[in-house]
Amino acid sequence: MNIIAHPAPLRGFERRNGIENVSRRSLLKGLGITGGLVLAAPVMSRQAFADYQTGAANMPHGTVVDPRVFVAVASDGTVTIVAHRSEMGTGVRTSLPLIVAEEMEADWSRVKVAQAHGDETKYGNQDTDGSRSTRHYLIPMRQIGAMARLMLEAAAAKTWGVPAGEVKAVNHEVVHSASGRRLGFGDLAADAARQPVPGVAGLKLKDPKDFRYLGKGEVSIVDLRDITVGAAAYGGDIRLPGMKYAVIARPPVTGGKLVSFDGGDAMKVSGVEKVMEVQGWPWPSKFQPLGGVAVIARNTGAAIKGRDALKIVWDDGANAKYDSAAYRAELEDAARKPGLVVRKEGDVDAALKAADKVIIGEYYLPHLAHASMEPPVAVANVRDGKAEIWAPVQSPGGTREDVAKTLGIPEDNVTVNVTLLGGGFGRKSKCDFALEAALLSKALGAPVKLQWTREDDVRHDFLHTVSAERIEAGLDKNGKVIAWRHRSVAPTIASTFAANAVHAAPFELGMGLIDMPFEIANIQCENPEAAAHTRIGWFRSVSNIPRAFAVQSMVGELAHATNRDQKDMLLELIGSPRIVSLASVKDPWNYGEPSASYPIDTARLRRVVEVVAEKGGWGRAVPKGHGLGIAVHRSFVSYIATIVEVSVGDKGKLNVHQVDTAIDCGTCVNPERIRSQIEGAAIMGLSLARYGEISFKDGKVQQGNFDDFPVIRIDEAPLVTNVHIVPVAADTPPSGVGEPGVPPFAPALVNAIFAATGKRIRALPIGKQLET
Amino acid sequence: MIKVKINGHEQSWDGDPDLPLLWFLRDEVGLTGTKFGCGQALCGACTVMVDKQAVRSCITSVSDVVDREVTTIEGLHPTGDHPVQKAWRQVNVPQCGYCQAGQIMQAAALLTENPKPTHDQIREAMSGNICRCGCYQRIENAVHLASTGV
Repeated sequence: MNIIAHPAPLRGFERRNGIENVSRRSLLKGLGITGGLVLAAPVMSRQAFADYQTGAANMPHGTVVDPRVFVAVASDGTVTIVAHRSEMGTGVRTSLPLIVAEEMEADWSRVKVAQAHGDETKYGNQDTDGSRSTRHYLIPMRQIGAMARLMLEAAAAKTWGVPAGEVKAVNHEVVHSASGRRLGFGDLAADAARQPVPGVAGLKLKDPKDFRYLGKGEVSIVDLRDITVGAAAYGGDIRLPGMKYAVIARPPVTGGKLVSFDGGDAMKVSGVEKVMEVQGWPWPSKFQPLGGVAVIARNTGAAIKGRDALKIVWDDGANAKYDSAAYRAELEDAARKPGLVVRKEGDVDAALKAADKVIIGEYYLPHLAHASMEPPVAVANVRDGKAEIWAPVQSPGGTREDVAKTLGIPEDNVTVNVTLLGGGFGRKSKCDFALEAALLSKALGAPVKLQWTREDDVRHDFLHTVSAERIEAGLDKNGKVIAWRHRSVAPTIASTFAANAVHAAPFELGMGLIDMPFEIANIQCENPEAAAHTRIGWFRSVSNIPRAFAVQSMVGELAHATNRDQKDMLLELIGSPRIVSLASVKDPWNYGEPSASYPIDTARLRRVVEVVAEKGGWGRAVPKGHGLGIAVHRSFVSYIATIVEVSVGDKGKLNVHQVDTAIDCGTCVNPERIRSQIEGAAIMGLSLARYGEISFKDGKVQQGNFDDFPVIRIDEAPLVTNVHIVPVAADTPPSGVGEPGVPPFAPALVNAIFAATGKRIRALPIGKQLET
Repeated sequence: MIKVKINGHEQSWDGDPDLPLLWFLRDEVGLTGTKFGCGQALCGACTVMVDKQAVRSCITSVSDVVDREVTTIEGLHPTGDHPVQKAWRQVNVPQCGYCQAGQIMQAAALLTENPKPTHDQIREAMSGNICRCGCYQRIENAVHLASTGV
């Protein structure tokens, strides 16, 4: 077996400062927009200067701050702003251009958004993951907008022969108030393009009190109308002349491979044109395809029908015995024994020994599939040593790199067009499906659309990990928690990159384990080994899901053990308002952000608890059989607290009556989309809590579609979901929104179920546990 | 040769009569507004109307709709201003948007049959349509808004 000794850097958590090695050749390519502010001048990558620093510069290819790359003004006044991140439902394709429009005084109704193709040399990092886009790009996008505004103002001042200081851009015009003269952006476009590009240093940004759009509320997404009329283009909606349609039968066990196949019956299916082997890579090999047998047809329906008729012999390989029931026992056993110590304060063993009472909680959370509504799909056209891809990818730059490597052609010969994503949730950070389409197109010499079925998606996902979490909490005679040991055991995402990875990577440790914010004298966090037997990947909120579930469930257990209110217990554990020091942690990963800008601030953590308690009516009288639960969690450097009201009816029927969530995500760009993300996070949290489970038997995933991997439907959704955005000071750095809503939901839910029924759920999914 | 009427236009098909309508619409006719989500009538992303009734095009074959009127999201309203479409925009329903064509077709079929549904009736009628982003609260509100006049 071919094991990669030096896996490629893991995108998203490697540290690459290198803009210096980057080819500048592609920088001269324009936007495909003519006229106005598009200049064929070399573009320098610039650091964003701001009152606070972010981790943006450490992302692959860093940040590009240049209006000539992101903004074009046409002579009719239309302003085109480039969205260089992928739209998967968070609203980023609207909010980043909105920031530019705000700062350059463009009228949003006259702005068009152009989607960037994958080109990180030109646009800077494009990985749309880690809830990073707003926090990394608020300042750079404001700077880009301010530069464009200054260039327009300079052009007007020159035209009028007045000092630049006397003119001012106001809502798509530049005005000279002394003389009452005004010129529209369109009239100024050509002259503005000839102005020097202002430097970043010393650039004066708008006073937030003058904002027209940012933080104001209701800006609809730019694709809203297209979505409602069926005109929005997702990965599968691309059609090319002569395009073939393909599906692939893949090895059912991770690491398995093709032995032989008989495509005779498949070829008899009407519309099927070809059956062929596709190349696979040994596991683990990052995002490379699994290989298998492809069926090529005149339409997708024929390809699927043909695939059903294939006869295939597989070699299941080393993971043929992967069995989730046995693996759970292994993980739980590991969690009961000492493991690698990753945080240590005080003496937890002595404190537990001296404790008046020790409460132990053992929690289990299974694998999850992303199951975005759009299964993976990609179109590729590979010919004459060049490749053009259309795909719903969260990683346009990484996709371009991987397509080039896989096909053995230079990156300059690869174009990655980013379509809308029909959901992503981390699945589409892995470009395997685009690589499959590229390989097929190359082999066939024709454009190919490669479609994954739902069964393919569920059975060949890069799954959310499976984990056992064990917490021991020691209480003194007064009920004060004096010791806290948390062991977290789960196969790591690093195992998808390197065969020998058995411990959590620093970025996984930093998601709710080592950053646990409670004020307890003796704390120890441990990470026993866990070997992976399938492909593990990022799933919305990642390791925060099991860690928040364990920690916040334990808070509920401690409240019960000491006969205290859940919220009071929570606030007591959080303790005094302070910045949590992680001095005992070797690599205190903080979502890639400097702790100076994004500390673990318990004052903000307390505040979201207090806000949700007040707005969500904590302690209110609820009908008999109802219960309230609360949980709080900091993730993606945001602070979120959730209250859930449930009732459990006859035969264990779970009803969610109300959800209240308070979020402190720093400076808000488009509160309308923050609310929608948090509303959706409650649904995803409820899905994983009630139903979410992917299990293995004989190495194979046992589920395949929404019948055996159910997700929440509208008739099971909370009756009311309220989102409370916590106001912050104007200069507060923005933080994550897409992911942090998920982790507190499940523990708030089980705490509510306990309040309603006295039954403590420690393993997810809840499934039928309430029926007994 | 099979002839079917889609959005008022006659289309002919000489291939496999069992081909799911979904793939006929998307790959053969080029109407890509109708989406593939599960292939098993479990998620509703592929919902179209056949003679004003909502059906799942992924398990409906082309031969099933001979001599019937098929309406897809592209044909729901000439200018895209069906009350359900308008309500969807007013309430800012979509996140990723992928399931919304199916949601809108289901909602439009519901309002044809029951112009003033209660909230319970909305939740029941829309329960075959999955939204993984979790836009359910807004879907419910938008259907209600469409039923009361946009």
